[in-house]
Amino acid sequence: MNRTIVMVTIISGLLVRPVFAQTPVEILASIQKEAGSGAKGFSAARGETFFKTKQGGDMSCSSCHTDNPAATGKHAKTGKAINPLAPSANAERFTDPAKVDKWFKRNCNDVLARVCTPQEKGDFLTYLLTIRG
Amino acid sequence: MFNVKRKIFLMLAVSLAIGITVTAAQADDDHGREGHGGEGHVKTTLKAPANSLWQKECAACHIAYAPGLLNAESWRKVMAGLDKHFNSDASLPAREAAEISAFLQNNASGKTGAATLRISETAWFKRQHDGHEISPEVWKRAAVKSPANCAACHPQAERGNFNEHEIRIPR
Repeated sequence: MNRTIVMVTIISGLLVRPVFAQTPVEILASIQKEAGSGAKGFSAARGETFFKTKQGGDMSCSSCHTDNPAATGKHAKTGKAINPLAPSANAERFTDPAKVDKWFKRNCNDVLARVCTPQEKGDFLTYLLTIRG
Repeated sequence: MFNVKRKIFLMLAVSLAIGITVTAAQADDDHGREGHGGEGHVKTTLKAPANSLWQKECAACHIAYAPGLLNAESWRKVMAGLDKHFNSDASLPAREAAEISAFLQNNASGKTGAATLRISETAWFKRQHDGHEISPEVWKRAAVKSPANCAACHPQAERGNFNEHEIRIPR
């Protein structure tokens, strides 16, 4: 009887709790590793400038994510709502390495017409981690 | 005694849940075939067996357009060019792209006609939305903005329902 209750409790616990593969800080650490020892330290100020500035084309990160990464964004073309980007406002952000890679690839291509450097990604995430939701 | 009852109850609940899921899937499947073969008849309900990856990935940027909105060759083209998808990079890992592509092609419309990336370029779309049906001015309204925005006038578009009776054209 007791064992049944314990099992049911464990199983329902597994069902309701979101399981994140990594934390944003761990993701940042792997970007740091990718950047190697030659890189300068990551800077939130540089990340903020990167986030809000158009990079050659007619788009910046904030074109869709707005100037406030803790706010709900809007797809510049389709108008679809985009959940907040800052981990403080959206616990799912930067917890799945495959998803992070997928979106850096897509969005860097759209905004900069190239892949982002580890330095840019590190500055960017360092900035997002300073945002309080 | 209590323990046995609980076990029986759990088993019943699980089999009931499985039963309901199977019935719903079959019902959806039947529904999807409705009106498939009529002359010039456009399917207004494009329900397909759900594919959670298709739903999740396509709906990240726009509604997950129902597979029945394009023919198989069109979907093959769409999925082969995701890195330049309407001027955006929508690329996916190969395994995921293959699964979604197979799902779309297996549930595509049976219509012949040139492959196209744009649903709004298909003959049936043009026929249903020509100048007599929809005044050109409607497309320019802020709430409509683009023919890609199905849900502006078809509130059930996300569920593959384009039934005439459900249409609500915004002012």
